[in-house]
Amino acid sequence: MSERRTITLTVNGQPRDATVETRLTLVDLLREELRLTGTHVGCEHGVCGACTVLVDGEAVRGCLLLAVQADGRHVETVEGLAPDPAHLNALQTELVRHHGVQCGFCTGGILMSLTAMLRDTPRPSEAGIRETLAGHLCRCTGYQGMVDAVLALVAAR
Amino acid sequence: MKPPPFRYVDPTTVEEALALLARHGADARVLAGGQSLMPLLNFRLARPAHVIDVNRLDALGAIAPAADGGLRLGALARQRALERSALVRERCPLLAQALPLVGHPQIRARGTLGGSLAHADPAAELPAAMVALEARLTLRRAGGERTVAAGDFFVGLLTTALAPDELLTEIQLPSWPARTGSGVREVAKRHGDFALGGVAATLTLDGQGRVARARIVGFGVGPVPVRMVEAERALAGGAPTPAALAEAGRLASAAVDPPDDIHASAAYRRRLAGVLATRALTDALASATGRAA
Repeated sequence: MSERRTITLTVNGQPRDATVETRLTLVDLLREELRLTGTHVGCEHGVCGACTVLVDGEAVRGCLLLAVQADGRHVETVEGLAPDPAHLNALQTELVRHHGVQCGFCTGGILMSLTAMLRDTPRPSEAGIRETLAGHLCRCTGYQGMVDAVLALVAAR
Repeated sequence: MKPPPFRYVDPTTVEEALALLARHGADARVLAGGQSLMPLLNFRLARPAHVIDVNRLDALGAIAPAADGGLRLGALARQRALERSALVRERCPLLAQALPLVGHPQIRARGTLGGSLAHADPAAELPAAMVALEARLTLRRAGGERTVAAGDFFVGLLTTALAPDELLTEIQLPSWPARTGSGVREVAKRHGDFALGGVAATLTLDGQGRVARARIVGFGVGPVPVRMVEAERALAGGAPTPAALAEAGRLASAAVDPPDDIHASAAYRRRLAGVLATRALTDALASATGRAA
């Protein structure tokens, strides 16, 4: 029993078609079929946050959505953030500057959650930043650098 | 491919969904926000023959005022949408207080009110809030529907009154009485984790400032939301003094028979239920009298 469906979605502004098994998760579509491997797969039950992507602007777990549920939707991944291959965007730059990155496993998901938060709330409080980061596990940095990075970004605006 | 094979159907009308449930209900799982079912599928702890995805049933996503001053909430209303709703904040402060405690923003973006209720995790906030609010739940099946009080909906651990061919479609919340305040308190190891224990409470005062009605419901302290009736009765008719709220906490603690597990002992949870009941009631009193908690 392997049902397949052809779907059309927009990924980082580009229309993409894919023929997928209906039980394929969105994150596996992104990684395995579309070869966008910046989105990582950690716990596969919604806890770690590594697979977080934006669907129609909302930060969601890529492991808890079926690819077919993204049919017709706008998906944004970490690959869509930098303006060009040689440069990082302002949030990415601050994250590096404040040591909010180490091994990088959690970073793609964290960047997407912070991106959604900053669109919603351009001037987040420190508590708001921590609330957003609470949906992610990072075993390297202790999170403080990420908080500092967002506060610096907001202060520079 | 992590989830086991299943037949996937995504009906576009409620009638179509009900027909599918009538045919396959016993071998089917309803996929709403997916924040509980998808982990079960990814780990192959659930192996349904059919997955009925209700996300295309836009009619079930409504957040609407009810004629009596209450709210009519579609079962598919996203937790994040409810959290952002000015109508919910105005008409049902308890629900607005409970929502930020549910998981994380990234979970609430997909998670639905109806999905949380139908999944009926004993440590979840929304089932307890619905019992405290005396919500009424509409369960539809092909050719019929019935309404069940939230207090009768949760029948056991992860078990509800929903029959295999029924779909939870709407949650009705009664109008918020005058001079009513509410509070939700919980203790979790980390913010966003399932609570070790928690309490949702409402307190309605009469014109003299005495307690006209109290509703106190614990979560994470039993297999279903636990209504602490003795504590509610003890408060009714009296002045909501700190001593009365402390006594209500003592009675709330005595009313629960919580589980022992690796996260906390039963004794700890029993004590927690009482402490959190008093704190939730204190918050409720402050909001009922118009003061900040």
